[in-house]
Amino acid sequence: MENRLRETDRYWNVLSLAPLCLLLFFLTIIPLLSLIYTSFFKVTWDGGYLYEGIGFQNFFDLVENKFYIPGVKNTILFALITVIIQVVIAYAIAIVLNKIKYRIIYLSIFMLPILLPPIVIGSIWRLMYGFDFGLFNYLLSYLGVMPIDWLGDPKMAFISIVILDIWHWTPFSVILLITAIEGIPKDILEAGLVDGTNFLKEAYYLITPLIMPTIIVASLFRFIMSFKVFDEIYLLTQGGPGTATEVVSFSIYETYFESDNIGLGSAMSVTTLILIILIMYAVQKIYIKLRLNTHD
Amino acid sequence: MTRFLSHSLLVILSFIFLLPFGWIASLAFKRQIDILMTNIISPISYGNFIKLFASKESTFSNDILNSLFVGLSSTLIVLILCSLASFTLTRLKIEKWVGMIIFGWVLVFHMIPPITFIGSWFVLANSLGLFNSYSALIIAHATINLPLGLFIITNYMKEIPHEIQEAAVIDGASSYQTYFKIFLPLLIPGLFTAGIIIFLFSWNDFMVSINLSAKATQTVPVSVATYAQQYEVRYGEMAAGSLVSLVPGLLLTIFANRYIVRGITAGSVK
Repeated sequence: MENRLRETDRYWNVLSLAPLCLLLFFLTIIPLLSLIYTSFFKVTWDGGYLYEGIGFQNFFDLVENKFYIPGVKNTILFALITVIIQVVIAYAIAIVLNKIKYRIIYLSIFMLPILLPPIVIGSIWRLMYGFDFGLFNYLLSYLGVMPIDWLGDPKMAFISIVILDIWHWTPFSVILLITAIEGIPKDILEAGLVDGTNFLKEAYYLITPLIMPTIIVASLFRFIMSFKVFDEIYLLTQGGPGTATEVVSFSIYETYFESDNIGLGSAMSVTTLILIILIMYAVQKIYIKLRLNTHD
Repeated sequence: MTRFLSHSLLVILSFIFLLPFGWIASLAFKRQIDILMTNIISPISYGNFIKLFASKESTFSNDILNSLFVGLSSTLIVLILCSLASFTLTRLKIEKWVGMIIFGWVLVFHMIPPITFIGSWFVLANSLGLFNSYSALIIAHATINLPLGLFIITNYMKEIPHEIQEAAVIDGASSYQTYFKIFLPLLIPGLFTAGIIIFLFSWNDFMVSINLSAKATQTVPVSVATYAQQYEVRYGEMAAGSLVSLVPGLLLTIFANRYIVRGITAGSVK
């Protein structure tokens, strides 16, 4: 009896993990290997895929490519700027929200940008940024300001994308931070009240150090996630004007699907993967270091 | 006083977050000519919705069905795979490295921009003759959302008390029985949370759908994007389509906001 049970349990372990592992194997591991393989070939479509080995040529082309390197630079700059602004704003909102009893009502409204289709958000903002009949220029005309070319001017286009991203993703950090603040034991804050803290003192001396780990996690997590930005760029600027708003995901998309250059697209994907894994590694090191410091 | 200031600040913020949606809603009920003339006050017109749902060349009703079908199927797949795996990995005696490899790789996959994989999914689907098929789309959506599902469900799984599991083992329950009779019922809130989030993300997805579907299987976001991409942008229909696509997100935010907050937190901080 005892033995038979153990036997069925071993089957269970294998059978319960198999579906997940098979999906991961066929849709992530195999594609990863095929990406690496394809990045050394020139691929053409002629009723079937034809592969022609060209060594490292795709990787040389990638360096020469007009879009990829500027895309990487833009993505990193974009991620840094948006994350810093988002976390600062989110922190302020969370501190204020903490004092409100029925904050779930506000929180529900703030959550909307995360939960609604990004492509729809892109299309809405595209209309709002419109030069001739967009909402922003319409409102500005009442203030007597000349219409701004939100998406047509290279510098402005980048700023416009940053503004949109801040609007889109600040709520995400708000949710993480407010949950962390809610998790602070009540007696700590009550002890503070007895000692006569006011709103700002409480925020500075009590809440901030206690939620520091969450602030760090939220920042690092959003930084890495910023590399995924695609939908808004696709609808608003297509990476333009020039390469002003070119981002990694969009360069890969264009090369792979628009120019049908599968070999080069694969090389870009592989390079991006390596880059992200390196960044994740660095981020983990930074995280450990920062956490040690906050405990001192 | 502080209370008054806080509320006014939060009301202003709410307005900033709602403004774009309010604006698109107002455009949806305008005629193209009123939109182009930036007429704030104009007669209410249902023309955009009629064109969207009733005109012969519009596939919008079909797109909604596609989105629902793909969303529900992929969510179901994720819930089944992740609850099974999460149970075995977190609650049963199993070699440590198995869990480390699976969780580690899922985390890495979660962080990587999906576009890096979609290219090879496209080649794979094409080689198997599955381009523009529901199965390719459903499996791709399930894979993209799998990490979130695994993290959220594991987060709930860890909260189920050990005493309950021990009691089951003492009574001679096998792993199979423990999973189906004890853990699954207790895990319902977790499955619900993960289900809501994954369904919404699948409904919202654009990047996978645009590259793996064509006219017959295209989802709502793809359809909304085509209105914006045409030679002459059809603002009215684009606004009306956008408004319709917001419905699931709005409904779930109103009726399940606490679950969503929990899901977002559980899916990102580990």
